[in-house]
Amino acid sequence: MVDRTTAAAAAGLLLAALAACAPTEGGDGGAQQERTVTVFAAASLTEVFEELGERFDREHPHAHVEFNFAGSSDLANQIHEGAPADVFASADSRTMRSVAEDDRAAAEPAVFARNALRIAVPSDNPAGVESLSDLADPGVKVALCAEEVPCGAAAAEALEAAGVEVTPVSRERDVKAALTKTELGEVDAALIYRTDVRAGGDVAGIAFPEAEQAANDYSIAMLTGAANTGPARAWTGLVLSDEGAEVFDDAGFTPV
Amino acid sequence: MTRVSPPSEAAGGRLRVRAGRFPWLLVVPALGGLAFLVLPFAGLLARAPWATLGTRLLMPEVRGALWLSLTTATAATAVAVLLGVPLAWLLARADFPGRRLARALVTVPLVIPPVVGGVALLLALGRRGLVGRHLDAWFGLTLPFSPAAVVLAQVFVAMPFLVISVEGALRGADRRYEEAAATLGASRAVVFRRVTLPMVGPGVLAGAVLAWARALGEFGATITFAGNFPGRTQTMPLAIYLAMQESPESAIVLSLVLLGVSLVILVALRDRWTGAL
Repeated sequence: MVDRTTAAAAAGLLLAALAACAPTEGGDGGAQQERTVTVFAAASLTEVFEELGERFDREHPHAHVEFNFAGSSDLANQIHEGAPADVFASADSRTMRSVAEDDRAAAEPAVFARNALRIAVPSDNPAGVESLSDLADPGVKVALCAEEVPCGAAAAEALEAAGVEVTPVSRERDVKAALTKTELGEVDAALIYRTDVRAGGDVAGIAFPEAEQAANDYSIAMLTGAANTGPARAWTGLVLSDEGAEVFDDAGFTPV
Repeated sequence: MTRVSPPSEAAGGRLRVRAGRFPWLLVVPALGGLAFLVLPFAGLLARAPWATLGTRLLMPEVRGALWLSLTTATAATAVAVLLGVPLAWLLARADFPGRRLARALVTVPLVIPPVVGGVALLLALGRRGLVGRHLDAWFGLTLPFSPAAVVLAQVFVAMPFLVISVEGALRGADRRYEEAAATLGASRAVVFRRVTLPMVGPGVLAGAVLAWARALGEFGATITFAGNFPGRTQTMPLAIYLAMQESPESAIVLSLVLLGVSLVILVALRDRWTGAL
């Protein structure tokens, strides 16, 4: 038997849950919310931004930086849908442009680092890959990023510049997925960023001349409607500073 | 409020609400639940680019992804039925040491994130995997990045639904019919085929439909284990995810296609097996 109390309690619970999920209007935040800067950043920036974030928190005792790392295009979609981000850092100019065209960039986006592709192979290089043209061999299993994501667009550019036609076994959703398939030895080679080869485990990177023609620029912009312009500006400043450049350089990025 | 009729009155125990008493107390949470499930689709429909719907649907890659999704999900369901029904029977009817552990293991794929399932499949059946290594060395067989890998990923996530559904049906079935058939001289095989299966048929069908639907929507394990290659391993959910990276409108269209096709198939099934679901 369902009695009145149980049902009432269930209805009450449901209403409470809905109320808890409902968006709160801005301005209810205490001092805590006033000082947090929310940064949406490309997945390949994870390691460097976390390191810079620790420094930021040390240097600004009254501010705190929080990150949301994902594929640049995913983040751009979230920003289009009105996600509460203060700063956006994208892995290529194309994605940043889409946010700027939506009038979400509060200022002109600034380029802060450059990345370049490498041929990543498992440490033991089972297929004996040495150059980009080796990837055209049908016996070599290659993973590329999907052309919808920045590393895939860069790979397509590099292969076109080299005049090499590659049929991959898979077009991976992001650069970390392509790295994983290479680390596990499921593919003989993948085209991924130099910084991800460095961050990976059992992989070796092979440079190739066309990589420079397909370099991608990371840019950063403050977003309109940022809740805390002060800390957001301070974070953007740190990324663009000499101190930031040093961290990027150590990780294998080319500071700009 | 409700009263379960005794088994003697109707096998399967139908629920009866006493006349004249509408359960108003349940209406508020029920409507809340329904609204919560329907609202997201209203969002999809509101943002759908109806004007360009037709042209987007005719793209060959969309047809390829849809065809691959339908064929692999159906193959995965067939494999799940072939392996899952006997497994459910063992879990429900046989007494063997470690049965509780086996039942718990069957439900593991329901709770681990599908991406982790995909990684586990790679580590087991990949080119350097536990078993895959030997498949490669002895038969020259590499599973990842092939349509077979898509089916395996789907079986891994969908079979538990079928097993749980059939096991529940077996536990709820009246065993006296089987005992009667056995005393009349039917062999175990005949009892299973002529008595047990027809009795749990609706459970098998419901489980198969659930498994098929789950296989159709499978994303994480597929992209991790089978990769993403148009025409070979790119199922609809993968195509939708990648479309989302470039244009949400295309992703919405593809989602609606998948939704429409699955609804048509499920409704058709339901009509064909009237009252079975």
